[in-house]
Amino acid sequence: MSEIALEGVTKVFADGQEAVKDMSLEIGDGEFMILVGPSGCGKSTALRMIAGLEDITSGEVKIDGEVVNDRAPKDRDIAMVFQNYALYPHMTVRENMGFALKLAGVDKEEIDRKVEEAAKTLDLTQHLDRRPANLSGGQRQRVAMGRAIVREPKAFLMDEPLSNLDAKLRVQMRTEVAKLQSRLGTTTVYVTHDQTEAMTLGDRVAVMRAGALQQVGTPAELYGAPINLFVAGFIGSPAMNFMPAELSGGRVKLPIGEAEVPEGAGDGREGQVVAGLRPESFEDVEMVGDLRDERGVVFEAEIDLIESLGSDLYAYFHVESGAVESDQLADLVEERLEETGVPEVREGQEQIVARLDPASKIKRGQSAELWADTSKLHLFDAESGERLSRSE
Amino acid sequence: MSDGATAPTSARTRSEHRLAWLLCAPAVLAMLAVTAYPIGYAIVLSVQQIDLRFPDEGGFVGLDNYTSVLSSQLWWTDVFNTVFLTVVTVSIELVLGMAIALVMRRAIFGRGVVRTAVLIPYGIITVVAAFAWQFAFAPDSGFVNNLPLISDEMDWFGGRFSSFAVIIMAEVWKTTPFMALLLLAGLVTIDGQLYEAAKVDGASAWQRFVRITLPLMKPAILVALLFRTLDAFRVFDTIYIMTAGAQDTESVSILGFNQLISRLNLGLGSAVSVLIFLCVLAIAFLYVRVLGTRVEEGRPGN
Amino acid sequence: MERGGREYALWSIAITVVLIFALIPVLWLISVSLKPPEAITDGRFIPSEVSFDNYKSLFEGGIDGSPFIKPLINSILIALTTTVISIVLASFAAYAIARLEFPGKRVILAGALAIAMFPPISTIGPLFDMWRALGIYDTYPGLIIPYLTFSLPLSIYALTAFFREIPWELEQAAQVDGATPFQAFRKVIVPLAAPGMFTAAILVFIFAWNDFLFAISLTSSDASRTVPAALAFFTGESSFTEPTGSIAAAAVVVTVPIIVFVLFFQRRIVSGLTAGAVKG
Repeated sequence: MSEIALEGVTKVFADGQEAVKDMSLEIGDGEFMILVGPSGCGKSTALRMIAGLEDITSGEVKIDGEVVNDRAPKDRDIAMVFQNYALYPHMTVRENMGFALKLAGVDKEEIDRKVEEAAKTLDLTQHLDRRPANLSGGQRQRVAMGRAIVREPKAFLMDEPLSNLDAKLRVQMRTEVAKLQSRLGTTTVYVTHDQTEAMTLGDRVAVMRAGALQQVGTPAELYGAPINLFVAGFIGSPAMNFMPAELSGGRVKLPIGEAEVPEGAGDGREGQVVAGLRPESFEDVEMVGDLRDERGVVFEAEIDLIESLGSDLYAYFHVESGAVESDQLADLVEERLEETGVPEVREGQEQIVARLDPASKIKRGQSAELWADTSKLHLFDAESGERLSRSE
Repeated sequence: MSDGATAPTSARTRSEHRLAWLLCAPAVLAMLAVTAYPIGYAIVLSVQQIDLRFPDEGGFVGLDNYTSVLSSQLWWTDVFNTVFLTVVTVSIELVLGMAIALVMRRAIFGRGVVRTAVLIPYGIITVVAAFAWQFAFAPDSGFVNNLPLISDEMDWFGGRFSSFAVIIMAEVWKTTPFMALLLLAGLVTIDGQLYEAAKVDGASAWQRFVRITLPLMKPAILVALLFRTLDAFRVFDTIYIMTAGAQDTESVSILGFNQLISRLNLGLGSAVSVLIFLCVLAIAFLYVRVLGTRVEEGRPGN
Repeated sequence: MERGGREYALWSIAITVVLIFALIPVLWLISVSLKPPEAITDGRFIPSEVSFDNYKSLFEGGIDGSPFIKPLINSILIALTTTVISIVLASFAAYAIARLEFPGKRVILAGALAIAMFPPISTIGPLFDMWRALGIYDTYPGLIIPYLTFSLPLSIYALTAFFREIPWELEQAAQVDGATPFQAFRKVIVPLAAPGMFTAAILVFIFAWNDFLFAISLTSSDASRTVPAALAFFTGESSFTEPTGSIAAAAVVVTVPIIVFVLFFQRRIVSGLTAGAVKG
């Protein structure tokens, strides 16, 4: 069994910077766990503490139920894939992949066998006797993975392994990594700043921010029930739209109109909150059909910009925030969002992105009628940014 | 680095070439004036018998001077001395320099202090350092003989190998820091993540040093060795001050100097000079051709 | 990866050891220089009483009488002149090498390298003869010229590396803005290269200041003898005493400024010496 557990792990650097704050996480045997978050959120530090490359200030890291805080990396039976691959430039691919086994005193024949097997899996056989300098980025990345596979460790630790590849290659390698992990069944902890990678690769995803774990869950859970403004804004692309809202009598007043508070959302309170609605929850009214009568709101908007991707149409528009008067709330929302580092804070919260059916005829500069599915509204406390929900 | 040999040489390119040569000319002239010409002249002098104390005698004597030198016991003793000193000092400097470079790389704080400490020997006049060491080891005025474990009557400059010991210590003191700097420059080019990967792969500190640091530093080490060997072979200042070559500690440079400047025997002295030049060429050849030192990646030191 | 307290302690010890090791000869010289003449032979590391006699004797007799003042002046002037000329010449060459493509570039660099490896002793004889014939034996130019020769490789390499760091685009932008090539050089390149030139200047100065071989071969009197050579010819209080004390005092006078110098400029010096090692 190769479970990894972090219990109350904290890392404070010599200059006082708290990189990881009291993080607790359990990773099951064979699980593919992603650590995701913006730069500086502590995900790499957390990974390196699991690897043993960083000291743990307090808390415990356990591998297979054993506390490994004081064990050197080589005694933890883990393999690491570095962002820049860290291939030994003076050794051939074969020697790179066999290095750890050689250090461990394994038989030459055994080493050759294992290296060749891994090379076959990764399609590197014809490169075995070449040096890293003569390989392409993608090939080097595979050698880095090969080095990890050959050791048959308890866990793979990967630190942004695909970040240095170009976009197309990255997408391609992503599926390779997923297939590989699923075949080998090795517990994997994978760090990335790219939420798309996180969502597509992970069994479960742990979102981090400023050293603190925000939420851990399956991609669906993170998407459908984000625990706070930050997670809501971080997961999903384009990011969720946030607007000031007012709750009263079971109804919610938004800049785009008024609607029923969706089931499960809100905790029964009244007053000013932040509402979030994903771009996917909007549509051109023409495309909606009968749905418009069942639920949601229809409203008019001035279209500022249209982005046409072929498969999707993104419409940027703004609405007058007539329904909700409070400037103060609007400011508060903006502040919250800046604080959380949501990547796409838009000017004045009246600017909204909607994803429309590509067949929509909406054009830039027009005034258009749009529909918003308010049953998909997320509500958040304006002060703390936490999700407001009825259950639990 | 192309040599500007693009197919059609346009007027613009030609004027660029002219400008470049013009800019380089003064420096090149200055460099050649004191090297190319004098070496040619030295060869000419070496095949004549010229003794400035007897200016009326002299004339072409073919290779007589060379035969005199090469059959002289003194010459071969000096060659031995020079080679001995070179090998010993360079070896010690390499090991110590490497250790210091490794330590400097891990500098946690006080980088400025360490750098200063390392550069003081570099900045001090060699002659001054030689005096300091000489005084320290002098039987009467020096403090070394008063140290525990060292005999009070030890006459360091009275014997050949004890003199060598002091000379070696002074030389090593003076140039190890510089060696450390050259090695450090090479050391910092190694990606830190390679060490992390090696740690994860299970390498101990010694294994990381031997299997990663050393192989990757080979070019830097060779360049540093080349320059230091050449420097060491030319040793003069320290020996002149400490023993002036007494007790059979003379080096080839001192021999040359004695013949030329003290004895004013330009013929013999020049022969010695030319022979030294040939030795230096041989050493450089050895390093570049045989050991594969890639000099473009280094830079000249002292 | 830090291991806190223990590593700091070890590191502090290491620094102290290295520092002491580097300073011992200097401290020793200071100690000897402060000993009164009778105590010179007492063999103590720390003087039992302090006296400035040695320093006084250095400066006694004014410029012509003192064995030290004129050589000191010679050293300063010669080293400064060498530095200025060397940097100017090297800058031109380095600019050409860093910026322009031309046949012979490699040869010049290789040649410079070869000269750095050259044994100066091999040039002593011919220079002695040549300089006497030209009448510059025992003069400033007599020393400055060989110093130039042997310092140029170092300057050229250091400056080329520094020049390479300056983005080509800046000059082109200046030219687009209307500057002539020379103006672009003066107003854009020189200010940016100034730190590099200063660093190279420090290295050349140290080199010229340090030289002994040429100084004793190509001079015969105080007319141009520099300090290192003068030290070798020091006489003591009387013709019977060793000049140890005065030599020590002279050594200190000539070394302490270098140490202060190094302390202030250590960062520059190191970057100059290692410039070009890390290929940009």
